[in-house]
Amino acid sequence: MPVNMIVCCKQVPDPEAPPAVFKVVNNKMTLPPEVKPVIGQYEEFALEAALKIKDTGGGKITAVSLGNNFVRDVIKKSLAVGADELILLEDSAFEDGDSWSTANALAAAIKKIGTYDVIFCGRQSSDWDAGQVGLGIAEILGIPAVTLARKVEVSDGKAKVERVIPDGYQVIELTLPALIVVTSGIGALRYATLKGIMAAAKKQPVVWKPADIGLEPSKLGAAGRRSKLDKLFQPVKESKCEMIEGETVAEAAAKLAVRLRETKLL
Amino acid sequence: MAEYKGVLVCGELADGKLASITGELLGCGRKLADELKENLSCLLASGAVGEASKEAIAFGADKVYTVEHPALKEYQADSYLQVAEKLAKDVSPRVILIGQTSMGRDLAPRLAFRLGTSVTTDCLNLSIDPATKLLVQTRPVYGGNAQAVFTSESMPQTATVRAKAMSPLERDASRKGEVIPAKIDIDTSKVRTKIVETVKEEAVGIKLEDAPVIVSGGRGMGGPQPFQTILKELADLLHGAVGASRPPADNGWVSEALHIGLTGKIVAPDIYIAIAISGASQHTAGCSGSKHIIAINKDPEANIFREAEFGVVGKYEEVVPAFTSKLKELLAG
Ligand SMILES: Cc1cc2nc3c(=O)[nH]c(=O)nc-3n(C[C@H](O)[C@H](O)[C@H](O)COP(=O)(O)OP(=O)(O)OC[C@H]3O[C@@H](n4cnc5c(N)ncnc54)[C@H](O)[C@@H]3O)c2cc1C
Ligand SMILES: Nc1ncnc2c1ncn2[C@@H]1O[C@H](COP(=O)(O)O)[C@@H](O)[C@H]1O
Repeated sequence: MPVNMIVCCKQVPDPEAPPAVFKVVNNKMTLPPEVKPVIGQYEEFALEAALKIKDTGGGKITAVSLGNNFVRDVIKKSLAVGADELILLEDSAFEDGDSWSTANALAAAIKKIGTYDVIFCGRQSSDWDAGQVGLGIAEILGIPAVTLARKVEVSDGKAKVERVIPDGYQVIELTLPALIVVTSGIGALRYATLKGIMAAAKKQPVVWKPADIGLEPSKLGAAGRRSKLDKLFQPVKESKCEMIEGETVAEAAAKLAVRLRETKLL
Repeated sequence: MAEYKGVLVCGELADGKLASITGELLGCGRKLADELKENLSCLLASGAVGEASKEAIAFGADKVYTVEHPALKEYQADSYLQVAEKLAKDVSPRVILIGQTSMGRDLAPRLAFRLGTSVTTDCLNLSIDPATKLLVQTRPVYGGNAQAVFTSESMPQTATVRAKAMSPLERDASRKGEVIPAKIDIDTSKVRTKIVETVKEEAVGIKLEDAPVIVSGGRGMGGPQPFQTILKELADLLHGAVGASRPPADNGWVSEALHIGLTGKIVAPDIYIAIAISGASQHTAGCSGSKHIIAINKDPEANIFREAEFGVVGKYEEVVPAFTSKLKELLAG
């Protein structure tokens, strides 16, 4: 049976940019232009979870992204790897939201989409790392959810999920429609094929404005926040690494052992 | 309008005992409650609560609400939420504290959305602003590249707290408190998930969280084999445990249980040896509490050297065996 899936994908600054380029200026994270936006890592895992289901049972994948100033080539990656449709909630009113306003807007968009069996989210966004929006959407829509999924199978109106727990995993069964929060064990997102890239180039994302999802601007973005960001800062850390050198690498390694004994660390 | 008062800790049991995170939450909650001059209460919901309720008092709670029900034996959101929501509405606390644990990550956002309030996850620091009486919540963001301070006027102010970020109070069995069995019914027909199976992956040797020394390997190890040979030999010599960054776990080179970092385990051993790990913020978020970090990496520019106290530049294939054999000699002599 084909499965209707929605994947929530966020555009974020590359989380793997070298730590030294992350600079807070006037309470805002300010990154140099060479740090490119990407789709968040856990959303890539969520996309892969959906694609795996489409591989086996067939179905439709709609990617939904909320934000402003989307870079089309970046955000259309979901289409290039195999999503069928991309909906952008794109407006300046969506900017600087918190988990509350983001989940509310995404849930409103999902209600408008209407038909879905499984909604996939990542375990946490790759910028604010909150880990809330997926569960918030599930609460608003009144559907069951499972977190930290590393394997998902769908059949007969049910999902069977492997949920990672600290010392192993659980197999959980839940009725659809459901929301599934995906973690990294699902496997890396596949590469886009040339065919996929060409097909994506031809597709245009659907853009929805606040009015399209029936939400007042006062409920959105910065205006709709329930938690106030009072301060963003970077604790200063002093680094002084003693580099141990030697004629050869093996000698350096031996010297490290001696040095650690001297300092009574080992 | 309801009046919101006091601090409520959503506690957890581990192997039938009060979980260590709950002790930490009570320690932090006690301080907040004292600053507010209000009560500290604790919810313990499980198949059987037993002595844990008295323990919660010994660790600082004024009131312990217990709920025992077969549906609470293993954590499932749909049953726990019914309890937490009802109690939060009855007690009407100003602050709710939950652990950033397997349960807390799952429970806290749903509870907050159900109560119509916000939650700040993974807090490292919490205090009360004396002027506004609001909870000041500090947490890492951008993979650990910055920290953010949040406040919220929506009640109850809810936060989850990272393990080991707060200290428990000294256990004091003479502390006075009240145990209140709460009458909360669970409608099991509303539980939409079913745990078919729980599979524990036995950890061999010392548990990562308890190990005084961790020998940790990254993507640069290239495959599963060196984790079982080169790294294990060094870990065994130092009576430590083997750990990993995320890629080796994702690639199935090691068990997921060894994954250290923001989305893995948070560890704080005496000695953390990072081998072929670049030192991304999301990784160091999980090990920066270590007393001493030693880095081995072939790239002299690797960020891990900014975190480390001692470093050697070189390929691990050459560095680690030479290091281990010299260490063996020194430790024997
Ligand atoms: C939201 C989010 C959460 C994340 N959570 C985590 C987390 O919890 N834990 C985590 O680890 N990562 C996490 N990551 C991923 C993280 O950003 C990095 O991608 C990851 O830590 C990189 O792992 P690594 O250092 O092993 O690999 P790489 O960055 O690929 O580094 C490999 C290193 O090995 C060195 N090397 C290669 N060959 C050799 C050799 N023969 N000898 C010596 N050195 C060699 C290289 O010089 C390089 O420095 C997260 C990312 C995001 C966005
Ligand atoms: N702006 C957004 N657009 C689309 N999806 C989002 C957005 N923000 C969060 N999500 C989804 O919610 C998950 C958790 O986000 P967060 O609660 O911000 O950590 C992400 O991995 C995404 O799947």
